[in-house]
Amino acid sequence: MSPQAWHHRESYTFDRNVIAEIRRAANTGIYRIRGWGAKRELPTFDDLVFLGASMSRYPLEGYREACATDLVIGEGRAERPVRLAIPITIAGMSFGSLSAQAKEALGRGATAAGTSTTTGDGGMTAEERGHSETLVCQYLPSRYGMNPDDLRRADAIEVVVGQGAKPGGGGMLMGQKINERVAEMRTLPEGIDQRSACRHPDWTGPDDLMIKIIELREIVDWQVPIYVKVGAARPYYDACLAIKAGADAIVVDGMQGGTAATQDVFIEHVGIPTIAAVPESVRALKELGVHREVKLIAAGGIRSGADVAKAIALGADAVSLGTAALIAIGDNDPALDEQYRELGSAAGFWEDFQAGNDPAGITTQEPELASRLDPELAGRRLANYLQVLTLELQTLARANGKSHVHNLEPEDLAALTVEAAAMARVPLAGTEWIPGSP
Amino acid sequence: MTTSIDLSQATLRELNKRLHETEEGHFVVRNPRGAHAIAVGMTTPVTVDVEGSVGYFCAGMNMAGTVRVDGNAGTGLAENIMSGLVRITGNATMSAGATGHGGLVVIEGNAGARCGISMKGVDIVVGGSVGHMSAFMAQAGNLVVLGDADRDLGDSIYEAEVFVRGKVASLGSDCVEKEMTPPHLDTLSRLLEAAALPAGTMSAEPSDFRLYGSARELYNFHVDDVDAAAAAKGRP
Repeated sequence: MSPQAWHHRESYTFDRNVIAEIRRAANTGIYRIRGWGAKRELPTFDDLVFLGASMSRYPLEGYREACATDLVIGEGRAERPVRLAIPITIAGMSFGSLSAQAKEALGRGATAAGTSTTTGDGGMTAEERGHSETLVCQYLPSRYGMNPDDLRRADAIEVVVGQGAKPGGGGMLMGQKINERVAEMRTLPEGIDQRSACRHPDWTGPDDLMIKIIELREIVDWQVPIYVKVGAARPYYDACLAIKAGADAIVVDGMQGGTAATQDVFIEHVGIPTIAAVPESVRALKELGVHREVKLIAAGGIRSGADVAKAIALGADAVSLGTAALIAIGDNDPALDEQYRELGSAAGFWEDFQAGNDPAGITTQEPELASRLDPELAGRRLANYLQVLTLELQTLARANGKSHVHNLEPEDLAALTVEAAAMARVPLAGTEWIPGSP
Repeated sequence: MTTSIDLSQATLRELNKRLHETEEGHFVVRNPRGAHAIAVGMTTPVTVDVEGSVGYFCAGMNMAGTVRVDGNAGTGLAENIMSGLVRITGNATMSAGATGHGGLVVIEGNAGARCGISMKGVDIVVGGSVGHMSAFMAQAGNLVVLGDADRDLGDSIYEAEVFVRGKVASLGSDCVEKEMTPPHLDTLSRLLEAAALPAGTMSAEPSDFRLYGSARELYNFHVDDVDAAAAAKGRP
């Protein structure tokens, strides 16, 4: 090694990102707030592989044999259960964090693909309702824009206890995104740095939640299913308690789950990865005898049909996408690289969803920027992406001999790392060893 | 015409379904026995008189209806009320009127902790005292307290206004006493009149109250810029 190299030796502990953050903190006196989800390396579904067919398992023909993907949520309890053509849904993202055009695009894409989209912390917009055939209305601690007419207009209600990016944290929306319409919908002064409540104002704990779910069902005359969404914190206990409280579906959001604005320290250091959260939730569902009856929707870092298939094989009934859906409709588009660079970032790296100056017109309330997003074209991109995920999911299911994707099972999987084997509770590839199992 | 529904005979579902299907009229609910979610989600100008105490979320998300409870109420009385009137003769537990967007809630007795939490336009009049952290993160509307307020009143309050006649144990973050102006006195007079509290408490005069609201110092994050200061000094 040349002597000069020692003068350019980067510290592993204090690398360039760490130094930049210390300097930023020293300049401003405020913690880093950003969008996106966890960016550090985490165990993911990439650490699992499907075994495929062999002497004992017969594959299905890719183009000739049916492989169903449909899903019903809330059957038996709700008058109008949610019926989805594919087990891939669009996660809750607020109008306010996203432009009205982006919300419309998500509704159009999800509807074309036969699945649901979800409101967020800020109320339901007419654009969103109008373009979403199946719309899940979130019921959040802040209750911004909470209107019983919207609950009655919804196709399902999702009681949000937490989200993967920040289990235990409330929403944030920086002042530059609180324009007149957003402020009015949330009953807040324009331009304030809004920090939503992290706990529901009128209930705490599972016994109260049970009563809250009864109240919500009574308000909507038992028409639609009730979901409970939790950040992946203690998924076994959270799932047990959500089941006891009477949920029709549990949404478990792993720490890779995205956000529009949250403290970086929260995003990177609170919660557990999705691969670890799914098996724990399934354990609760099985122990209480309601697996595949009370539905499990896994979220947080889902990117491909392989991720969808692996989540389902571990026992989820569906997945939910946020970040991937935003990318599909145009977030971090390389064609906008120059504009991202003007903001001090670059295409593929941009995470400042809180700033409200998104050149793609997605995470903004600036009319000029928002008008750059064509909801029809963006909706088509999302529908195409969802179709690819579905085809990939079916490809993997058929390879494992399944005529319905929900027949995928942990026995179809092997782990590539000891960590993944321990978390997903499937054997390390080439062995029968599951760490921690007798 | 008055319709009587006895909750020792009818189910909660039968009661609420009936209320949701009715355009106008008067209902009497007998034997509530602390049941939860009584008269929730009403959308029409129906009047409901509940003869006895109720559990959680009575009159939740009420629109246009009038719900009167002769007794006490559990957690979340009239939560997220949009319009109409909810009145109880006794005491309310936690989070009465939580997140209410409109309408009037009258509690003739005391209210527990977090009364008016996150309120968004509702008016709440409490004949007695309120518990700790009342009007927490209150965004809009008026909370009128004829008795005392326990600690941390109005913590992180936005644009809601809180009128208290008695003692305030302590104010929460960013909540301060404000000058009572003639429009405030008008609002207070109007609310005291609308609340029509029973004799004994009616002697309250608007001038007996003090006004509390937001100092607005938590509305935006404080962001320093030492780099800019350094540049101004010609330093790196």
